[in-house]
Amino acid sequence: MDTPLLSISGLTKAYPGVVANDDVSFDIKPGEIHALLGENGAGKSTLVKMIYGLVTPDKGEMRMNGAPFAPGKPSEARQSGVAMVFQHFSLFDALDVAENVALGMENPPPMRDLARQIREVSETYGLPLDPSRTVGTLSAGERQRVEIIRCLLQDPRLLIMDEPTSVLTPQEVDILFQTLNKLRSEGTSILYISHKLEEIRALCDHATVLRLGKNVGTCTPSQRTAREMAEMMVGNSFAAPEARAKALGEILLSVKGLTLPAPGSFGTPLRGISFDVRAGEVLGLGGVAGNGQDELLAAISGERLSDGGSITLKGEDVSRKGPTERREAGLLSGPEERLGHAAAPDMSLIENGVLTAARRMGLLSNGFIGWGKARSFAEEVIERFDVRTPGPGTAARALSGGNLQKFVVGREIVQAPDVLIVNQPTWGVDAAAAAFIRQSILDLAAKGSAVVVISQDLDELMEVSDRFGALNEGRLSQIRDVAGLDIEQIGLMMGGASDMEVAHGAA
Amino acid sequence: MDLSSINPVLLIASLMVSATPILLAAIGEMVVEKSGVLNLGVEGMMITGAVVGFAIAVNTGSPGWGFVAAALAGAALSLAFGVLTQFLLSNQVATGLGLTLVGLGLSSLIGKPYEGLKTPTLPKAEIPLLSDLPVFGKMLFSHDIMVYVSLILVAAVWAFLKYTRAGLILRAVGESHDSAHALGYKVTRIRMAAILFGGACAGLGGAYLSLVRVPQWTEGMTAGAGWIALAIVVFASWRAGRVLVGAYLFGGVTVLQLNLQAAGADVPVALLSASPYLITIIVLVIISARGAHAAPASLGRSFHASH
Amino acid sequence: MIRLEKRPQPSQAWTAGSPLLAVLLTMIVGGLLFAFLGADPFETIRTIFWDPIFGEFAFYYRGQLLVKAGPLILIAIGLSIGFKAGVWNIGAEGQYIMGAICGAGAGLALYPSESVLIFPVMVIAGALGGWLWAMIPAVLKTRFGTNEILVSLMLVYVAQNILISVSTGLLRNPDGMGFPGSRNFKQWDAAHNAELIAGTGMHWGVVAAFIAVIGAYVLMSRHITGFNIRLTGEAPRAARFAGVNPARIVFFCLGLAGLLAGVAGLFEVTGPAGQISGAFNAGYGFTAIIVAFLGRLHPIGILLAGLLMALTYIGGEAAQTTMQLPGAAIQLFQGMLLFFLLATDVFTNFRLRFGTKGVA
Repeated sequence: MDTPLLSISGLTKAYPGVVANDDVSFDIKPGEIHALLGENGAGKSTLVKMIYGLVTPDKGEMRMNGAPFAPGKPSEARQSGVAMVFQHFSLFDALDVAENVALGMENPPPMRDLARQIREVSETYGLPLDPSRTVGTLSAGERQRVEIIRCLLQDPRLLIMDEPTSVLTPQEVDILFQTLNKLRSEGTSILYISHKLEEIRALCDHATVLRLGKNVGTCTPSQRTAREMAEMMVGNSFAAPEARAKALGEILLSVKGLTLPAPGSFGTPLRGISFDVRAGEVLGLGGVAGNGQDELLAAISGERLSDGGSITLKGEDVSRKGPTERREAGLLSGPEERLGHAAAPDMSLIENGVLTAARRMGLLSNGFIGWGKARSFAEEVIERFDVRTPGPGTAARALSGGNLQKFVVGREIVQAPDVLIVNQPTWGVDAAAAAFIRQSILDLAAKGSAVVVISQDLDELMEVSDRFGALNEGRLSQIRDVAGLDIEQIGLMMGGASDMEVAHGAA
Repeated sequence: MDLSSINPVLLIASLMVSATPILLAAIGEMVVEKSGVLNLGVEGMMITGAVVGFAIAVNTGSPGWGFVAAALAGAALSLAFGVLTQFLLSNQVATGLGLTLVGLGLSSLIGKPYEGLKTPTLPKAEIPLLSDLPVFGKMLFSHDIMVYVSLILVAAVWAFLKYTRAGLILRAVGESHDSAHALGYKVTRIRMAAILFGGACAGLGGAYLSLVRVPQWTEGMTAGAGWIALAIVVFASWRAGRVLVGAYLFGGVTVLQLNLQAAGADVPVALLSASPYLITIIVLVIISARGAHAAPASLGRSFHASH
Repeated sequence: MIRLEKRPQPSQAWTAGSPLLAVLLTMIVGGLLFAFLGADPFETIRTIFWDPIFGEFAFYYRGQLLVKAGPLILIAIGLSIGFKAGVWNIGAEGQYIMGAICGAGAGLALYPSESVLIFPVMVIAGALGGWLWAMIPAVLKTRFGTNEILVSLMLVYVAQNILISVSTGLLRNPDGMGFPGSRNFKQWDAAHNAELIAGTGMHWGVVAAFIAVIGAYVLMSRHITGFNIRLTGEAPRAARFAGVNPARIVFFCLGLAGLLAGVAGLFEVTGPAGQISGAFNAGYGFTAIIVAFLGRLHPIGILLAGLLMALTYIGGEAAQTTMQLPGAAIQLFQGMLLFFLLATDVFTNFRLRFGTKGVA
């Protein structure tokens, strides 16, 4: 066999209280797409950061083409031919495409040449991009192209891609896969990080599976079923949500022609969004990140007020009412960003309970907070949602992402809302906790609440929703029953192609 | 009142002198803010620069050494700010305020023996040929060297930010320290360099006050000039060229109100003396009302590399 | 190599301990400074921190302690509530001046009435003056998004100019033979903020300061408004999500701080200062910023920090007269205290790790 391009042996990295990587070994061959598979928190990111020189391993070694490879910083990794497409955090909104590309290169050419090179590469690989655009104005898919082009301009031997499809529509995923296949055929190796099994089966030559920091096996994805790989990844099986009882009641939340300008220079405007949700029903709203999800949640929660008549709760117009009044009327919400939006990081769980439950749960008398009641409320959430924490006095930031997510979703569900809207309820949560949160959402609906779930995880939406719609550039597609939807139709809905007339009709 | 006693040529010439301290401080602070750091200690660094520059100039007899010492003193104070905010992750607003209070105390302590002394000042550096031009020669080309240094500094900062890779990296760090860190740039180191530059510039600005503009040492002599420099950075929407415009506008207002006071204008003295501050407020309101914020996205946020 | 590692949650011990450590470090470095200035460091520290309370002339200094601490605490309480919310009012000095001018002006307009209502009217006018002056940055911030730090600070210089103007004009004592400065309130019983218990320094301003400490404590720890203020400061987006109106918080915080600074100014001008004059303000508005931070923005902490800071003022004056130490040394001393506090504060949220692990 050939010498591996990158050979990893015995890599170990520990952080206080957690071993992120424990004796991980595998090889990446020249010209292969190698999947790195694992749940959130399995140690994929840490491993990649070691390869890219952002983190130094405690133990173990790496070899590049047989020679020792120990990058002390990203520029050394880049010089050795390693390039990385990040999932988050590597673009600068206020700078233009060319400047962003230059920042990721070791020795960028003068700006004018660089702009020309960007155009060339983007044509070669079918990734159209204008070098002079400001990055903050690009869509998520276009932003990813900036990162990919930045890497390609350096002729990498190894391209690392961290969850590249989480921000793409199915159609955009196809385009990306064509690009990656073209790169493979040119001899570039790709380390492809994902937890999406079907994708990996379709694309990758080999897969290494991480669980709790350990390498639990390497396989050839095309020869395994998704189920087998899922079991390697999770280790044990977990309960799938129960089938739901169907008894739809009256319309509890009605949104009509909701239109709002973009909140900032880089936000998305809402354009004539209309939908109804009935008691006992879960409405799933999909769509690629940045197509108005945050804005829709803010409009419904009351953080931003909309035109009178656009949001009706149980027959009452609440469009001009703030979050406090909407909560009192029975409309609760859970935003995507846990720390800083749904919860205040440095405040205790008791205080974070008061944050949304103060009035609804009767924690106030004459404006004074009853801390005893507040503590009981927090304890109830902790107990019912199995939040792992030393106690309700713990600061929110001390909780792991999954536990905090259980707390902030639980905080709303315990208040027994008539209508609940949540954005990305299981984002960054391990499989067991995600299943639990989904089950709670279904239980809530079964008790007669109306629930809107906004998510970028299509599997999740298919699992919990009765009906499905997709957001695209602030417009909502036609809403369809989940039963009978296929991936092709969903892709078209997310891309916004088929439903333009409907969206306009509603506006 | 006799407005004819106000000579426009002298007015513009003195405008340039009066604007230079603020211009120096503001252009330095702009670089600091471009890197994502808000240093509210400009006033403290300026006044320390003023007193140190004065003391060294008096003792060495050389205003040149005075300026060098002032720049070092400003940088030294900003180093304290940098260590606190960048390494010990203290709140930038609180630390900047603290720096101003420390600077004010330190300066009056150092300055006590120098009150009422005279200092050698900078000679006029008349630019050959240009300074012989009628009207413009006297107005624009017969200043001391620091006036030209400040103008060159503005141009250099502009070119640095716009055309150099280091400038691009500095802007990138100010936009998103997380992204910059992910790409392997040393956020803290870059910010420390910017902070030191800002401190040195503020020190120079202070020394210009005590060595050229006044030229004397009096306690609290900056009288809010450092704060006005901060306001000018906002006014300029973080652009070097507009910092120049802002500083000269402000210099104009200051000189004009002094001239009006001298000419015995029929306006309350209190209103004239307060006018630079009132106009700063009005300008800030106009800028913020226009809503065009170009503030670096990471401005004032602490950076701690976590994994 | 030394690294900082974020604590899962703030350390209780360090929250209380870091001010003490800061005081200790300030004494050490301050002592070195005094030694450098040619004074015996131990004697200086004793003169500043010990003698005013326990020394030979303590009977005089002890009274001064409350006189100085009163306005500092009153102003710092107001500032701390704003700082908690991320509203950076640093123009308390101006609000203090305007409170004094308005309160004194309201009183002088009624001179020489001996009505018992004179003093209450003056207090209300002082509160209004400070409140109005603070409303300027509040309105500009909420209406136009103008930075309140710069506006409130600029207004200090404007207030100083107004002070000079009125003390030589509008409020000048008509019987003062042309000297600048208003009538002396100490000679007008109805308007005099006299010592309540002789020799203690206790005047109405000190009483107000104690009430403010208790009120702020209840507000911040028990009331939903205090909760919303803290929430706004710690996580502005979460506050909006919770239903807090950010503009209302800005108005409340700036208004309250202005009001407290205003009454502090009024109590000062009718009591210890005695009259409106160009040199009336002594920098309490700025020192109160240090007091607020040193007290960890906590009412009880501010009470203690205010007393400590008053001590450095008094001790500093004593050191000036007995040891010929420059007065500015004390100012530097106070600034250093704030700096050390900010430096030691890091341990509340981070712990030190020694080792070579990790990255830059």
